[in-house]
Amino acid sequence: MKRILSLLLLLCALPAAAAVKVLATVPEWGALAREIGGERVDVMVATSAMQDPHRIEARPSLIARTRTADLVVAAGADLEVGWLPLLLRESGNRRVQPGQPGYLEAASVVQLRDVPQTVDRAMGDIHAAGDPHLHLDPRNIPVVAVALSERLAQIDPAGATAYRDNLDRFIGRWRDAMTRWETESASLKGCAFLQAHRSFGYLAHWLGMENRGELEPKPGIEPGSAHLSRIVANQQNAPAAMILRAAYQSEMAGKWVSERTGIPLVTLPFTVGGTPQATDLFGLFDDTLVRLKSAVKRP
Amino acid sequence: MRIRKLVVAGACMSMLAASVQAEETSEHARLAAELAALREQVAQMQSMYESRIAALEERLAGTVKVESTDQTAPSSQTESPSTLQVSSPASAKSGASSFNPEISLIIQGAYTNRKKVEERHIGGFVSAEGHSHDEHRHGSDKRGFTLDHTELVFAANIDPYWRGQATVAVLDGEAELEEAWFQTTALGHGTGIKAGRFRSGIGYLNEQHAHQWDFYEQPLMYKALFGDHGYSQDGLQLKWVAPLDTFVELGAEIGRGQNFPGDDRNLNGANSYALFAHLGGDIGISNSWRAGLSWLRTRAGARESDFETEYGIDAEGAFNGRSRVWIADFVYKWAPDGNPARRNFKFQAEYFRRSENGNLDVDDGLYSNLWRTRQSGYYLAGVYQFTPNWRAGLRYDRLSSGRQSLGDNPAKIEVIHYRPNRVSTMVDYSWSEFSRLRLQWSRDRAMPGLTDNQVTLQYIMSLGSHGAHKF
Repeated sequence: MKRILSLLLLLCALPAAAAVKVLATVPEWGALAREIGGERVDVMVATSAMQDPHRIEARPSLIARTRTADLVVAAGADLEVGWLPLLLRESGNRRVQPGQPGYLEAASVVQLRDVPQTVDRAMGDIHAAGDPHLHLDPRNIPVVAVALSERLAQIDPAGATAYRDNLDRFIGRWRDAMTRWETESASLKGCAFLQAHRSFGYLAHWLGMENRGELEPKPGIEPGSAHLSRIVANQQNAPAAMILRAAYQSEMAGKWVSERTGIPLVTLPFTVGGTPQATDLFGLFDDTLVRLKSAVKRP
Repeated sequence: MRIRKLVVAGACMSMLAASVQAEETSEHARLAAELAALREQVAQMQSMYESRIAALEERLAGTVKVESTDQTAPSSQTESPSTLQVSSPASAKSGASSFNPEISLIIQGAYTNRKKVEERHIGGFVSAEGHSHDEHRHGSDKRGFTLDHTELVFAANIDPYWRGQATVAVLDGEAELEEAWFQTTALGHGTGIKAGRFRSGIGYLNEQHAHQWDFYEQPLMYKALFGDHGYSQDGLQLKWVAPLDTFVELGAEIGRGQNFPGDDRNLNGANSYALFAHLGGDIGISNSWRAGLSWLRTRAGARESDFETEYGIDAEGAFNGRSRVWIADFVYKWAPDGNPARRNFKFQAEYFRRSENGNLDVDDGLYSNLWRTRQSGYYLAGVYQFTPNWRAGLRYDRLSSGRQSLGDNPAKIEVIHYRPNRVSTMVDYSWSEFSRLRLQWSRDRAMPGLTDNQVTLQYIMSLGSHGAHKF
């Protein structure tokens, strides 16, 4: 009995001594939390790069992770509206409820693009607050990083200096990387592309690429062959240079159009872990640019 | 765009500055220096892209007009965080209407082809709906074109401490308050308290409303156990999630217990007690599961139902006694790479045992029978989504009327021994997650001596802000 009691006490004492538990809804913010938190944080990511972040089920394992989290980092702007509110409510974890220091939405510190003027379900699965895939503009990353280090310091004041140092180092490295990416990507400027879903708005905005539309007829609606045939026909006069697809999205529609038009289909990692090369945020942009450039070079 | 970005950056900086001020003065100088360096770095980055963004925006707008924004840059650095709030899109909605609850409306209906049966029931089981001549009948008993209950759901956070939800089911001049509850949001430690009228947390399917079902009707098991609307009661629920990597959830409920298998005894205290435990997790990245065990105990004072005597004469019985239900449930879901958007599979199974112990007063107390039953049943269901729009499913239902002991049986109630069963298969198409059309075929043998082949074409349409569904 005594042994069981001491074991229980030990179990109760463990979480207090352990690192700050961060639950990121998507891999990009998990990777950023690792950069800023370093050794002081224990990062869990609710989804992988092979999963559609719009369509995740509130699985029991995710409720369990939310229950023990000290900080939830979400993309926000309704990206996780189909599952995160349920996780937060079912977990009974007060620390990570919206409005608490333990809940941070990346979209709350960045000005979003493509905010629709009117919102109607006839327009498909649109995001009323704006495009939530904001991590693909590397200029947004440091802004979120600052907010994240703030929150970590608030939750774990003993690590405030460490978080600031990590942030400092990260921003320095990020600035250097961005200078490199900027020069490397000069050839992509003005390059026209089609995309499977509206995933690459921020990336295109940063690189100065031109969006010629989506393969989906409406956000979240599967394309049919009639719709794709129209897209193929539209490519006759001024064809796009490439078709972009995130690693988690189906290859079928893009392949179908690619075969009929000769426009290369490019699979981008979209987030950390989407390709073997995209192991962290730096790798994500390195690999994205490599893949984009190789598509441009192709005859 | 650019101005707003600068405002955001500036606000972040000032937030950082504000937090630094709160720290000790000895550290202050060093931190201030660090902060200044950081601020400079971000400012450098901003300025690096100033010209670039301007050029892009110019191109997008198709104009050459460039406003001088250089003056706004330094001033935005000193903006307070409130500026961030003003420019953030989340606060675009303003005024009283932004506090309106999330409202969703679900329209459901069907075309059904089935045999005409005067008193549809489950053989060997007492009807959970009371008298067969009662007005209250679910749409699923009708034939031809039918409209089911239209569900109206209101949900919102009440304040920082409470969240509330009400579900009203409307059909043909009758509005039934299915649920009206509030729950804690700020209790913490994995604890949640819910109070009001709510669907009990027992079993797997019990908390789900009709629009979430994978088949047109709920399993025979639920119809036999609780009738058409699952088990709900007016009461109190306490839930606790354990701080573990594996999902462990424990729950307890007490309440009025006014619904079948109990009845409204209008007591001080509680008439119904429930306990449930859920366990769940992932296996690899593609598989997830949840298992549960639930227990319900309730009492009936005079629960009315129809019987037939051995001479073929109708008799009315009123049950007085205790009813206990055990439910074991299991759900397993598979999705390649854990991404259910395109393909996924779901298997679910539930098993119950119910024992009742008490007396049956027949024909207004003319006879008093002993009433001791022990009944059981289960269902197994699998649903496979093979493309983003199409799903197909198969379900098997089976119940056992089990042991029914009526003692000396002075009222000569006819005891029916039967094993009701049903096979259902369905295929459904979803244009989006808000609209679904389902074709279902069932071979229903819920009643002795009757095999009813049923074909149903059903629609489910969700309007408005539809909340997330549970696992």
